[in-house]
Amino acid sequence: MLTPVVDPDGAPFWEYAARGELRVQACAAPDCGRLRFPPRPCCPHCQSFADEWRRVSGRGRIWSYVFPHPPLLPDYAAQAPYNAVIVELAEDPLIRLVGNVVAEPDAALDSVDPSRLRIGARVQVAFTEVDGMTVPRWLLERA
Amino acid sequence: MATLKDATAIVGIGQTPFAKQLPESEKELACRAIVAALDDAGISAAEVDAFASYTMEETDEVEVAKSIGAGDVTFFSKIGYGGGGCCATVGHLAAAIATGQASVGVAWRSRKRGSGPRPWKNTAVQLPTPAQWTRPFGLLRPADEIGMLARRYLHEHGATRDHLFNVALACRNRANQNPAAIMYERPLTREMYMTSRWISEPLCLFDNCLETDGALACVIVAAERARDCRQKPVYVHSAAQGLPAQHHGMVNYWNDDPLTGPAWTAARHLWKQADFGPDDVDVAQIYDAFTPLIPLSLEGYGFCGRGEGAAFTEGGALEIGGRLPINTGGGGLSEAYVHGFNLINEGVKQLRGHSTAQVPDAATCLVTAGEGVPTSAILLRS
Ligand SMILES: [Zn+2]
Repeated sequence: MLTPVVDPDGAPFWEYAARGELRVQACAAPDCGRLRFPPRPCCPHCQSFADEWRRVSGRGRIWSYVFPHPPLLPDYAAQAPYNAVIVELAEDPLIRLVGNVVAEPDAALDSVDPSRLRIGARVQVAFTEVDGMTVPRWLLERA
Repeated sequence: MATLKDATAIVGIGQTPFAKQLPESEKELACRAIVAALDDAGISAAEVDAFASYTMEETDEVEVAKSIGAGDVTFFSKIGYGGGGCCATVGHLAAAIATGQASVGVAWRSRKRGSGPRPWKNTAVQLPTPAQWTRPFGLLRPADEIGMLARRYLHEHGATRDHLFNVALACRNRANQNPAAIMYERPLTREMYMTSRWISEPLCLFDNCLETDGALACVIVAAERARDCRQKPVYVHSAAQGLPAQHHGMVNYWNDDPLTGPAWTAARHLWKQADFGPDDVDVAQIYDAFTPLIPLSLEGYGFCGRGEGAAFTEGGALEIGGRLPINTGGGGLSEAYVHGFNLINEGVKQLRGHSTAQVPDAATCLVTAGEGVPTSAILLRS
């Protein structure tokens, strides 16, 4: 499996994930404070370089999804067709995370029946470890 | 203010055969296409003093210039973002020539994407940003990345796979008229489309462009010089690039409206510089790495409103005789996928009156580069 190639901007996200916390970069300027994703050095709204990592609820909704089929890299082909989703976060629908909906945090990428996915479905973050790196996964909320 | 409007013209086009696998190297294919384009124009290689290509082009200007026997070169430029750079090669040369930095420009693209490696398989060059947010989760290929936008588009606008089929069919029908097209002898039916295998659901095999070996080139000179060339000049009427605010490349999932992409930015500038508008376009060559890029581009370039691009494809609108015939050589879906350069040359063929699927009396043509990445577009007129 591919693990995230971390850069200085994104490193805090992965460090918090390793502690089981979903945090998003936010502007730390007192009169701004807006969330931004993907992380970057400077706030695009007020140009402040001051930032903080704000904990979010981990709740969201599916914005879109695909089911990739081969040809794929071997580790992914072995689980194909699997789902890949974009989740918009409850705190700010413009903060969207790409991920996978799974039956259990450590389950395979194809562990949820494809017919259960739909745009707007509510999901909750969970974390799993892939090759020594903690990454988010998403669980469907029971209606 | 100085303007590019009709200041330069494309006077030569050249191409190699297209195939899944060609024996020649990319360098040789590049040289063959360029030499053919210069021959078409009736201009000697020694007169070439400007080059433009893509950053993904593997053969650099030094190799091309010394191989074809170019003279002293005073302008050279490469444009990034894969197929998004396509029309900007012409745009950069037009700007250079119109401002006196050079006099004979060659734009080209040579690629062995048919027999060479698939770029997404190379995990060693995985870029840290934004790939760390997408690739580990199995968004590996452009088809997966655009598939996300396609699903959202279908959902928001009540569009269906039949709309995407309309795009695939129009391109295939034109390829069936073009002996140089990879899909010349292979008609497409709705049943073939609807029963084909998925690549990244909701995108099936026929929503994806070809994988092709081949090369193309064109020659650009000032308008005064163009009138003395061998071929009827095709004027560069307007040119634009587009990198919208808060755009994120092919994984454009983090701005207010991911379905309003770079086409909108390029289009605003393109039309602002032009003497005519979308209703006056006789034929369009719209970048078609994936079928959903067509409705997105139809909206961006102003042929219809936001969300109306899928419905626009109904009733044969994209076919010859329809409201806007597109990709009249077959496009990337059915002629050849060479990062869109075949769309430029097909635009020139239409305005010369020499297309294999000629739109009667075509006098204006829009050519676009890849939507979904920082893009470019040109308006051509005869
Ligand atoms: Zn700020």
